[in-house]
Amino acid sequence: MTRPDFEEVLSVLYPDPDGGDRGVASTTEAMDRRTFLRISSVAGGGLLIAVSLPGCKSGQGDDKTAGNKDKNDKNTPTPVESEPLPTEPFEANAFVEIKPDNSATITVAKSEMGQGVRTTLAMIIAEELDLDWSKVVPQTAPTNPKKYGRQTTGGSASVRTGWKPLREAGARARAMLVAAAAQKLQVDAKSLKTDNGHVIHADSGRKLTYGSLTEIAAEQSVPETVVLKDAKEFKLLGKEHIGIDAADIVQGKATYGIDIRMPNMLFASIERTPVFGGKVKSFKADAAFTVAGVKKVVEVPATGPMANVHSGVAVIAETTWAAMQGRAKLDIQWDQGPHAKESSAGYRTAMERFVGGKGKELVNRLGNPDKVLAKAKGVVRARYDVPFIAHSTMEPMNCTAEVKGDRCLIRGPIQTPDLAPGPVGKALGIPPENVEVQISLLGGGFGRRLNLDYVVEAALVAKHVDVPVQVVWTREDDMTHDFYRPMAMHAIEASLDKDGYPEAWRHRMTTPAIRATIDPNAKDHGVSESNGASDMLYRVPNRSCEYTYLPSGVTRGWWRAVHTTHTTFAVESFIDELAEKAGKDPYEYRMHLIDELTVDRPKPNKEFPWDPARLKGVLKLAAEKAGWGKTMPKGRAMGIACGIDHLSYAAVVIELSTASGKPLIHRVVCAADCGPVLNPNGGRAQLEGGLVQGLSAALKEKITIVGGRVQQNNFDSYSILRINEAPTVIETHFANTDAHPTGLGEPSVPPTAPALANAIYRATGKRPRSLPIDLAIL
Amino acid sequence: MYELTINGKKHKLDVDGTMPLLWVLRDVVGLTGTKFGCGKSLCGACTVHLDGTPVRSCIAPISSVAGKSITTIEGLSPNGDHPVQKAWLEENVPQCGYCQAGQIMSAAALLEQNKNPSDSDIDLAMSGNMCRCGTYYRIRKAIKRAAELGRGGTR
Repeated sequence: MTRPDFEEVLSVLYPDPDGGDRGVASTTEAMDRRTFLRISSVAGGGLLIAVSLPGCKSGQGDDKTAGNKDKNDKNTPTPVESEPLPTEPFEANAFVEIKPDNSATITVAKSEMGQGVRTTLAMIIAEELDLDWSKVVPQTAPTNPKKYGRQTTGGSASVRTGWKPLREAGARARAMLVAAAAQKLQVDAKSLKTDNGHVIHADSGRKLTYGSLTEIAAEQSVPETVVLKDAKEFKLLGKEHIGIDAADIVQGKATYGIDIRMPNMLFASIERTPVFGGKVKSFKADAAFTVAGVKKVVEVPATGPMANVHSGVAVIAETTWAAMQGRAKLDIQWDQGPHAKESSAGYRTAMERFVGGKGKELVNRLGNPDKVLAKAKGVVRARYDVPFIAHSTMEPMNCTAEVKGDRCLIRGPIQTPDLAPGPVGKALGIPPENVEVQISLLGGGFGRRLNLDYVVEAALVAKHVDVPVQVVWTREDDMTHDFYRPMAMHAIEASLDKDGYPEAWRHRMTTPAIRATIDPNAKDHGVSESNGASDMLYRVPNRSCEYTYLPSGVTRGWWRAVHTTHTTFAVESFIDELAEKAGKDPYEYRMHLIDELTVDRPKPNKEFPWDPARLKGVLKLAAEKAGWGKTMPKGRAMGIACGIDHLSYAAVVIELSTASGKPLIHRVVCAADCGPVLNPNGGRAQLEGGLVQGLSAALKEKITIVGGRVQQNNFDSYSILRINEAPTVIETHFANTDAHPTGLGEPSVPPTAPALANAIYRATGKRPRSLPIDLAIL
Repeated sequence: MYELTINGKKHKLDVDGTMPLLWVLRDVVGLTGTKFGCGKSLCGACTVHLDGTPVRSCIAPISSVAGKSITTIEGLSPNGDHPVQKAWLEENVPQCGYCQAGQIMSAAALLEQNKNPSDSDIDLAMSGNMCRCGTYYRIRKAIKRAAELGRGGTR
């Protein structure tokens, strides 16, 4: 019932002219919105199918077709409700072009960062259209907010929002190809079927390629109603597919942002303020010009929120190396700014104070936990904390920009291309419509590239020269100027009833909220920051969640799975502690307590109510597959945890032993429920990746602040999990329910840290409550 | 002026002798398949073969590799059909794919030396190559599969 946090973020990022709430409501409404489709012939004899995906524009949709949702969700062959052709200017953001040689290009305006979106979305449309998958080529969409609308990729939303409209578009285009074949063959359309890019007339044995039908198909009218395939008829969906870009990647042919090359382009490296909020006071650049190839040195002004470009000095040169060498010779005097005295230790002191008493925001409350706890004997209390962590995408931040007069071209690895023209235009003093954005592949995202600092910054550098400039961040730049997963501290207190189940549960938490980084005036941070805590599904008759905001100069952002990376760690560790206190099995304890959400957060999402049966389903599946409860030798144990993230459900069981003070992970078992799994191979990869990234954060990652600056700066001081530390046995399983499909990029992350901590406790009797886990306690 | 062979082709390069091979490849020669990740030999994204040995090109000054023969991901096989590349596709290893050129070059060098690597051989050879997407589980499987393919095995 709680709306996905990312939608809240979008509502901040996309200012609503009406001032209304454009969170998940608009997106889900859009999902039921009728598909807009245009089909036309193209020069050279091809057929172009243009689709307008939801979320492109506000105010297009209505709720008339909402009644169809449930039926379609179950993949039953349901006629799609008739719809008039669009009366508004048509704005497509997905295209299929079928060529005379029967090959097809599919263009979807989403950013590929390893989550497989280009593969999965293309599969959805190719399925209903019965395309020959071996001849499908993905293309990256150019970005133009006027034309393509919302293209931001994040919040595990691409499949969820694209599922229905892409299927409908494919089915409609297929019907038009069938109509074209019927006309050409002079037969009834009902006697025709399609397969692998062909229309087939079984009675006469005649077979026409789509490519030969493009001209006649373009003349057909778009059908008012179409029948979607039954899931049993799927030929592509639910089958194993490798990534559509994999062949290019293994040959070094894939183009990431940093690989963009343009005629006469220059490269830049920027020395940014080492202290958050600091500013360039003055600088001397003479020495930089002694480096061969250095062309220009320019100051980059801080922009403040939302873009959060740091104050700095850029060296523009003929090669990246020359720019870096020139930069090393800069002499810059800094104004340290207002945050120079901040430190992790200082934050920690404040956080301990905050969670030691009543929170400033009461997120929600059921019953009277304060009263029950005050009277209870044997209250269980525990504190959990996590540090700032960095995204550390393997491709460091970079962006290429070209500014010519009042026009700007941006090319780069961007998650929010449609949001870029606003802040870029503002920074350059040009109209947003004069800003064109083209996305490349992204060398990892994990939420980092939702922020546009590196994009606006590139434009601010490029305006000083009349050729394209690629700003390349060093690893040190990337690690010290990230938008970090916030520090967090949680204090939970609970009392148990006579049967050992929680009677009261009071959760007090504090973070430097993410949203305040882009919107300093935002209020009520507790609602989104407590996702995973205030909306947990454990049945407790008296419970409350209190939140206190911690101001900080450190820029914060969305890190894969976002708030649940810490709330789930706290809740799933604490429920284990309660089971221990009650003398019950932690799996059985959870199964007994998972129930309807009895107290919601404000602004609930009514479209995707949380389903306790699905959470129990993944918990049961993971426990069964892991052999939960089996006898193990002393020192070897399993830990379990579960959670809901971005509308998908996951449970993780970790089996480990401890030897020479280190946890040795023997096996990781994960079960997930995202509804139907569209590409099981890619889906498993996402779960595996989330488990490894979750383990990395749980075991190794920590950013610390001293003097208002980040202390770690490369992979020697900030280590992430390597292959020799990664589990050699990972098993992933899907519940395959018939719910509306949701994302898989994030849900395996949150339960990983608590499953690990719980396993360590069961193996050693020592409970880690702080991340990364201090191995010295073992 | 430095002379070296890159993917079988001779190049004469007029660059600063301190410029690392990585940036020569990417910004001067125009081969962008080799990636920049850390600049300090910590992540392995820039791995290339220097006379057959895997090296981190981000810390190898061009002056130190003059006269040598370099193989990059673009030159690993003529048609992308090196056993490691084939195995990488079979196991669907890449997610974002950015680190994979380095992973593949390290794996290819390992298999050149060791036709049947054990888990600990793989740990030793591959622990210098980081992957933030967490594809290690599949990398391990793909190396074993590539070893099979290299020995003429089929599935």
